Amino acid sequence: MSQSTLNTYRSGPDERGHFGIHGGRFVAETLMPLILEVEKAYREAKDDPAFKAELAYYLNHYVGRPSPLYFAERLTAELGGAKIYFKRDELNHTGAHKINNCMGQILLAKRMGKRRIIAETGAGQHGVATATVAALFGLPCTIYMGEVDIARQQPNVFRMKLLGAEVKPALSGSRTLKDAMNEALRDWVTNVDDTFYIIGTVAGPHPYPMMVRDFQSIIGEEVREQMMQAEGRLPDMLVACIGGGSNAMGLFHPFLDEPSVSMVAVEAGGYGIETGQHAASLTGGRPGVLHGNRTYLLQDDDGQIIEGHSISAGLDYPGIGPEHSWLFDVKRVDYVSATDFEALDAFKLCARTEGILPALEPAHALAEVAKRAPTLSRDTLLVMNLCGRGDKDIFTVAKHLGVEL
Amino acid sequence: MTTAADTANPHDTETRTFRLARRFAKLKAEARGGLVTFITAGDPDHETSRAILKGLPAAGADVIELGMPFTDPMADGPAIQASSLRALANGARMTRTLELVRDFRAMDADTPLVLMGYYNPIYSYGVDRFLADAKAAGVDGLIVVDLPPEEDEELCLPALAAGVNFIRLTTPTTDDRRLPAVLANTSGFVYYVSITGITGAGSASATAVTAAVERLKRHTDLPIAVGFGITTPEGAADVARVADAAVVGSAIVRQVEAHLDADGRPTPGLVPAVLDFVRALAQGVRAARG
Repeated sequence: MSQSTLNTYRSGPDERGHFGIHGGRFVAETLMPLILEVEKAYREAKDDPAFKAELAYYLNHYVGRPSPLYFAERLTAELGGAKIYFKRDELNHTGAHKINNCMGQILLAKRMGKRRIIAETGAGQHGVATATVAALFGLPCTIYMGEVDIARQQPNVFRMKLLGAEVKPALSGSRTLKDAMNEALRDWVTNVDDTFYIIGTVAGPHPYPMMVRDFQSIIGEEVREQMMQAEGRLPDMLVACIGGGSNAMGLFHPFLDEPSVSMVAVEAGGYGIETGQHAASLTGGRPGVLHGNRTYLLQDDDGQIIEGHSISAGLDYPGIGPEHSWLFDVKRVDYVSATDFEALDAFKLCARTEGILPALEPAHALAEVAKRAPTLSRDTLLVMNLCGRGDKDIFTVAKHLGVEL
Repeated sequence: MTTAADTANPHDTETRTFRLARRFAKLKAEARGGLVTFITAGDPDHETSRAILKGLPAAGADVIELGMPFTDPMADGPAIQASSLRALANGARMTRTLELVRDFRAMDADTPLVLMGYYNPIYSYGVDRFLADAKAAGVDGLIVVDLPPEEDEELCLPALAAGVNFIRLTTPTTDDRRLPAVLANTSGFVYYVSITGITGAGSASATAVTAAVERLKRHTDLPIAVGFGITTPEGAADVARVADAAVVGSAIVRQVEAHLDADGRPTPGLVPAVLDFVRALAQGVRAARG
C-alpha cells in the first residue's frame, strides 16, 4: 500500500492481520487454533452491545474514565509556544493507560470461559494492571517478568504479589521484557485449554495488535471530544512515547484520517542512537519476525535479536507494534527519539512547572514537546499523552541524579 | 534418475528432493521405525558440533535435524534455549550452519538433513538466497516453528518451488477441521508434536500417541514422526512401534550440556557421550518391532 492510494489509514489490518508488510500470525501450530478462537471471540464481542456496556461500566466506575484533558498552563508559558494539553491517563486506577486494555481483555477472557490469566511485563505496569483486573474478577494470574527487571522494579513486583498474582522470573536470554514474553508464550502453548494471555501492547500475533489498539483508542476518542469542548476544534499535534506503542496508538488512531492533525511518536533513544545503546526499533532497526508478528526489530546482521536499552524499563523492548511500523513506512506519523538524559530533564521540568511526576516513559514524549513547542505558534493546540505516573520511577531518577534514598 | 547416479552425485538436485522419501521407504522395507535426532548447529562450538554431526549416521540416526540457533526460541524448553545461546556465544551464524551442512554432505550422500528453527534468521538472510544456499549445501527439508499454514507464502511455497521439503508440525490442538490445511503443503514427513507444550517437557502416553498417529494416517500418506518429550531408548522404542519415526532433541542436547567443563568448554568425553546416547536410542528404536 502506498500513501498516494490510501483513502484511509484506519482500515487495517487486513483479514490476515497485516498492516502493509507488517503484522501477521507467526506462531507455533499449537497456538494457531487459539489465536483464531481469540479473533473470532473478539469480533463477536466488539459488536455486542452488552460487552460494550460492561466495558464502559468498568472503565467509568473502576478505572475512573474519562481521564481529564488538562491545559498545562505553566509549562506552556515556560516553553513559550504551542498551547500544551496533557491527556491525564496517569490518573487511571493503577497509574497508567495499561488498564484500559487489561479491562477489555479480561472481559473477553471471561466471555470465552477462560479460567486462568497470564501476562508478560517489563517495568511492571502491565503486570500490575493485569494482576488488578484478575483480582477484580477472581481469576488466578501468573505474570512473567525478566529476572533483571524483577531486581530493578521491586515495588511493582510487590504490588503484583499483594494483588494475588504469581510473579515468575524469566531466566533465559537477556532476562528482560522480550524473554518474559517468550516465557508467557511457552506457558500459553503448555496450557492452551484454560488460559488467556493478556498481551500488554499493540504487538504479538493478530488479532492482538488490532484488539489492544481498539481498547486503547478510548484515549483518542476522549481527546477528540474534550478538545472540541475546550477549544471548539481538533488538536493540531499529538505527541506520545512509544515502546510497544499502545498508548500512542490509542491516542493517534481516532485521528489518523484527519489531515490537519500531525502526530509525533517518541522512541527511547537510550544513550543516543549512535551509541547502539537504545530501544528505538524504527529509527535504529529493520523489519524482522518476532513474537508472532513482522515489525521493525533491533537485530544484528544475522537476524539475532538485540536487547534494547532505556532508562525506562517500559520502553526497552527490541520491537514495536506492527501498525506503527506501517505508519512509519507510509510516513503518516513522525517517529523521533529522546535520550535518557532528555527524558530526565523533562521529568524535572514537569515536576517543577506542573506539580506532576510523570513516568519516565511519557517523560520521553515531554522531551520532544519541550523541543517542538517553542518553534510552534501560540495558537497551535498540542496534546501529549501523560500515560503514566512517575511514582514507580523515583528510585531510578534518584540514582541518576546521584541521590541516595 | 537412477540410484547409481544418485549415489555418484550427491549434489544432483533430483536426489535431494527425494532423500527423505527414499529414507522412509527404506525404513518401511526394513519394517522398522526410524530415529530422528536433533542437535543445534554450533553447539557448544563449531568444531565439536561438526564432529557430532559426522558421527550421527554411524551411531544410528536415520534423519538429522540441525537446529539453526536463535536468540528467542519461543517453542523450546530450557535445554534447547541454552544450546542456542551456547552456539551463538561461540560464533554461530547462518553461514556457519550451512557450512556444517556442506561438510556433512561431502561425506554422507544419503542421510536426510533437515534444518529446524525460527523464521527471523532466514528472513534476515533473505528467503531466496537462503533457499538457494541451503539447497546447494545439501539441505533436504525445513522445519520452521513460527510459520503456520496461514503464512505459507513466506517460505513454505518458495521452498516447495525450490525443491526443498517443508515439514509441518501438527499438534494435539490441530483438530480434524484444521488438519487438511496444515497438511496441504507439507512434504517429506509430518512432525507430530505429541504434547501441548515446549520441547523437553513432559511426554504423551503411548495410547494418546497411537490414537494421534492413526488419526493423522487417515488424512495423509506421508510418514509420521513423533517428537517432544522422548528422553530414553525405551521411550523412543514406544513411539517407533506406532509411528514411522521418533524424534529426540532435548535429551541429546542435554548430553552436550552435561559434558562441558566449568568454563563451558567441551570436555574430551563430549562427542563420544552424545554418540553413545544416540546409539542407545537407535538400538531401542531398532528393537521396538522385533
